[in-house]
Amino acid sequence: MPEAAAATPTIEKIAVNININGKSYLRQIEPRMLLVEFLREACDLTGTHVGCDTTYCGACTVLMNGLAVKSCTMFAAQADGSEITTVEGLEKDGKLHPIQKAFGDSYGLQCGYCTPGLMLLSHQLLSENPEPSEKEIRRAIAGNTCRCTGYMNIFKAIELAGRNMKGD
Amino acid sequence: MLGQFGGGAKFLAGGQSLIPLLKLRFANPDHLVDLNFIPGTSFIKEGSGALHFGAMTRHAEIEHSALAGKLPLLHDCAAGIADVQVRNRGTIGGSLAEADPSGDWANALITLDTTVHCLGPRGARAIQLGDFIKDAYTTALAHDELVTEIEVKIPPAGSGGAYVAFKRSAPVYPSASAAVQLTMADDICQNAAIALGCVGLTAIRATEAETSLRGKSLDDKAIATAAEAARGAADPQPDMRGSAEYKRQLVAALVKRAIQIAAGRARGEQVEGAHLYA
Repeated sequence: MPEAAAATPTIEKIAVNININGKSYLRQIEPRMLLVEFLREACDLTGTHVGCDTTYCGACTVLMNGLAVKSCTMFAAQADGSEITTVEGLEKDGKLHPIQKAFGDSYGLQCGYCTPGLMLLSHQLLSENPEPSEKEIRRAIAGNTCRCTGYMNIFKAIELAGRNMKGD
Repeated sequence: MLGQFGGGAKFLAGGQSLIPLLKLRFANPDHLVDLNFIPGTSFIKEGSGALHFGAMTRHAEIEHSALAGKLPLLHDCAAGIADVQVRNRGTIGGSLAEADPSGDWANALITLDTTVHCLGPRGARAIQLGDFIKDAYTTALAHDELVTEIEVKIPPAGSGGAYVAFKRSAPVYPSASAAVQLTMADDICQNAAIALGCVGLTAIRATEAETSLRGKSLDDKAIATAAEAARGAADPQPDMRGSAEYKRQLVAALVKRAIQIAAGRARGEQVEGAHLYA
């Protein structure tokens, strides 16, 4: 049926070059591709999770030029030329980042689905405020949903990470 | 550029409302024109008795701006919109151009003397915010016109404002919100502007509540009378955020709290005000 063929138009691809975790990724993509799809499907960086896909849960949080963003609510083309940090970029030379270590040491995770997003959000928080109060942590992570932990150990993990990062 | 694509194109600012709407197919443009790469569209300046915000200024930039903090109502509003991630991307110009009935900026800014500066192929226009917002999701903008700047007049000495919204959780739109801007002299209210959010198709000015405060000292009785008048001005729809009666009750309580915070600030006190959520 000719109608069915016309329903799937060919979409012209565009070149997008994003620096992810210090490495340049040049890909030809459809303009409508979301940043999280670019990370997971075009670059095989599957540490960034898709939770709700509705700008609610924060599982897809990454850093764009140091600021936390929800990568399901941005087109990949909008990140062209910028620096993205994902959970894969936290570890350096086989050594866990202090935030990663603190989440482990404080049992700040159970199933781990929300954890990459929470750790990157914590990265922005602690770079602006190395000693956040519990109230400040609550406010800061309000856009990250965790359905396992009840959050108490996440607060402890972020406090611990802040202390350890200051000590470094 | 939008003229070139015709009516099927849309501007993309912070994308925190538009991209979710695209996913739901509520918006279905043929083309998107991304405004994020245009330099000089994000700024906060003071000049000729007003604060000037570039349309692409992010909520987070306003939240952390000492200059914007001169008007505490603006800080209350910016610091409570959704969550950190959304505030890093979402813009004040995009929020006004979207005109969502539950959006925070239109409700906060309507209590101040706010002008929206717009630009299109036929030149520049300056539109008062009250004339800019026409209806739910409808503004005075032509399809090929965009917001460039938001100008907010600095109110006279003795003024104080507050914006209080109630949300079920951080990332969602408020269930109801109240914006209050007062000017006091010798403990007597000279002028009051009160607006109610999420309880009508656009922000509602509670004019009866405003009139009830003028010429009064703001004791508990005067505040209760104003809150009661605000409850009557609300025109909420029942939805998953609550029944119409619940929202009327809620908005009256938020007005009461916002008047108390605004009055304290008008006296020069440092009072914390913010969105309320679990």
